[in-house]
Amino acid sequence: MIRLEKRPQPSQAWSMATPLVAVLATMLFGGLLFGLLGTNPFLAIETIFWEPLFGEFAFYYRPQLLVKGAPLVLIAIGLSLGFRAGIWNIGAEGQYIIGSLTGAGVGLAFYPLEAWYIFPLMVIAGAFGGWAWATIPAILKVRFGTNEILVSLMLVYVAEQFLASMSLGLLKNPEGFGFPGSRNLQQYASAHNAEIVTGTGMHWGVVAALIAVIFAYVLLNRHMLGFQIRLTGAAPRAARFSGVRPARLILMCLGISGALAGLAGLFEVAGPAGQVSIDFNVGYGFTAIIVAFLGRLHPVGILLAGALMALTYIGGEIAQGQLGLPAAAIQVFQGMLLFFLLALDLLTNYRVAWRKPEVA
Amino acid sequence: MSQTLLNLNGLTKAYPGVVANDDISFRIGVGEVHALLGENGAGKSTLVKMIYGLVKPDSGTMELRGAPYAPGEPRAARADGIAMVFQHFSLFDALNVAENIALGMENPPPMRDLAARIREVSETYGLPLDPFRTVGDLSAGERQRVEIIRCLLQDPKLLIMDEPTSVLTPQEVDILFETLRKLRDEGTAILYISHKLEEIRTLCDTATILRLGKVVGTCTPRETTARDMAEMMVGSTLQTPERAGRALGEVALDISGLSAPAPSAFGTALKNVHLAVQQGEIVGIGGVAGNGQEELLAVLSGEVLTEAGAVKLMGQPIGRLGPTARRALGLLTAPEERLGHAAAPDMSLTENALLTGAVREKLAHNGFLRWGATREFAERIIAEFDVRTPGPETAARALSGGNLQKFVIGREVLQTPQVLVVNQPTWGVDAAAAAAIRQALLDLAAGGTAVVCISQDLDELMEIADRFAALNEGRLSTPRPTAGLTVEEIGLMMGGAHGMEVAHV
Repeated sequence: MIRLEKRPQPSQAWSMATPLVAVLATMLFGGLLFGLLGTNPFLAIETIFWEPLFGEFAFYYRPQLLVKGAPLVLIAIGLSLGFRAGIWNIGAEGQYIIGSLTGAGVGLAFYPLEAWYIFPLMVIAGAFGGWAWATIPAILKVRFGTNEILVSLMLVYVAEQFLASMSLGLLKNPEGFGFPGSRNLQQYASAHNAEIVTGTGMHWGVVAALIAVIFAYVLLNRHMLGFQIRLTGAAPRAARFSGVRPARLILMCLGISGALAGLAGLFEVAGPAGQVSIDFNVGYGFTAIIVAFLGRLHPVGILLAGALMALTYIGGEIAQGQLGLPAAAIQVFQGMLLFFLLALDLLTNYRVAWRKPEVA
Repeated sequence: MSQTLLNLNGLTKAYPGVVANDDISFRIGVGEVHALLGENGAGKSTLVKMIYGLVKPDSGTMELRGAPYAPGEPRAARADGIAMVFQHFSLFDALNVAENIALGMENPPPMRDLAARIREVSETYGLPLDPFRTVGDLSAGERQRVEIIRCLLQDPKLLIMDEPTSVLTPQEVDILFETLRKLRDEGTAILYISHKLEEIRTLCDTATILRLGKVVGTCTPRETTARDMAEMMVGSTLQTPERAGRALGEVALDISGLSAPAPSAFGTALKNVHLAVQQGEIVGIGGVAGNGQEELLAVLSGEVLTEAGAVKLMGQPIGRLGPTARRALGLLTAPEERLGHAAAPDMSLTENALLTGAVREKLAHNGFLRWGATREFAERIIAEFDVRTPGPETAARALSGGNLQKFVIGREVLQTPQVLVVNQPTWGVDAAAAAAIRQALLDLAAGGTAVVCISQDLDELMEIADRFAALNEGRLSTPRPTAGLTVEEIGLMMGGAHGMEVAHV
């Protein structure tokens, strides 16, 4: 009989090892799944994990890793702060959309003026948009005790409608022959989030993601606010006793995560995507939740998890293209990753004991 | 000797790292009130859990009325006529008495019949209880009655009671003892777990004393002094804390007309509380659990805000200030619940030292944490309060209750407060650690700190407090000097018998 025994102290070793074991288990069971679908499992796993990094076309895929990974890391860092304190922002996707709209809106308002200050203003506006959108559930929670999970999630759908309305109305390209979507910011130099070094995929969003990782690391380990965040998550009553003001923490955590999601939206719309369009958002805000947990809500872990997630995205696309695997299989594969991670998480606090059933 | 009901032979149970019960043997006779005496951690709970079928012994056997007895689960134990009243009640506040009792039954009869049965049993044993009252509205003593009646409905042959008097006033204790004596006279054996020696001397026929999982003695309580029993229990001579004569200074903490609404549906509202505590004085606040102790602490710690002038520290109104600001001014508190309130279970002792020490020990600079200084502070608490732990990086939950309590009290004492408020400072702590904590409170007061000690342990309050007041349904009685107070008077201050009555039979 398998029994679980609570460890007196959380195991450091398992805390580090579970993500790796989860990735291995995903490879094993994912391989099994691909095998059942009639694809060579080794080839499929190799295509997903090896091809984007070291394959024949790696020169094309490697920059893509940064382009996909940066928004994931940026959003996940913000979410992890709230998650650590037990504040569940599920609506990063909406904040991402609103950040892209406010950011792009500021840029488009200056068109066709060329000036150095336009892009910085767009960055500020993007962060502000995301912050404002996330502050709605924060204020509702503080004032009326609403559930931030539901409110932030529902605001995603509001934001999506808003995005559609903007692409068809206010922000529509007047010279776009009636097609939905804004002007292409890639063709507007002052507003373009261009690659810092051409061909590397390194744009300002990547820089912002790295800064966010360092910022979060310092905040959580060296600063009183970070301590209060961790304390609130670990023992809410002890946190109030310690002097943490819950309302302030809710506003801070939702605000920061919203601002970072808004930034991610702005860097995307002004860079890789180029324009506001109806189908601009592709689910980074939701995937970032997985990234945050995959990275154990730890800044460095999130950096690695974001890279891994980007890898499975790109590898998954290659596998779809080259091996003809269905898109759903790739999604199952990504779902497995989260499943194994959460399941194995148990080992940090519990040990498994094998024992013969006791005779009554 | 009377007929043997239950015979225990060499019961042993080991947990990783500790032998909770080591070769325990004794017998309980029919109609005997048998005391199981021992400090926290002596193995009393493990032993009764084995009898009640919650834990299986590693070795050893039990015999019930001469037949082998090995209950696989509590249901089997109940079927064999063994019932247990736990120290912590398992009742649902929002349901009424009869519904709560029905929940614990295998095949509950229709509610009307059950209510009639409850009335019948409660009248027979002098435990008046209305089956249709909501449990959330009952006092602790009445809740205990629900648990007792739940047991009596099974017509038990052996009733196990775990620390039943910890939630009762002295008057309520008398009523309970009448009921238990009546049960005994009818032939029900009672296994009575306690560490309160005087109670055991009045009630019990035999006592088995446990220490560190072993039986260290058996005695007839009526013929043994409390001191002898205590020394058997602890295994050494006890050190009584010293009270030096203290000079009282000006009023440090002044509570006047303090009222606060109940924080939850089944919490207690504080009603017009007045209390002035002088520098160098220890005021003891007694009362049955759930009469506003937690709420009073929350109002003083700053977790709950009140009118500004209702709480004054050295003359300054602080009712609107939060915990951090109050700490900065010198009002420190230590709540009752160690894990989750006074300390964060999964965080290290260093981080827990920061939890309340940040302001006064200057453990943060411009919001940035000084981990080195924090670790030193934690190490200082560990050294000065003899906290047994591998080091400051240990998680709080890995410490035993007594050690964590020493850490929590030490953390506040070492910050040299102007006023210190503690709730249940020695709850669940072994005798040696309890003595050390009381001594620390006395030393602190000798240094000029005003101390408020909220406790349900009356002996403790009589030992250290200069004045005594009692909380009863959110009201605080007028404080009176402890010297010369009788148990009778204390009981009346605590609210007397709360309208409960003695068995009529």
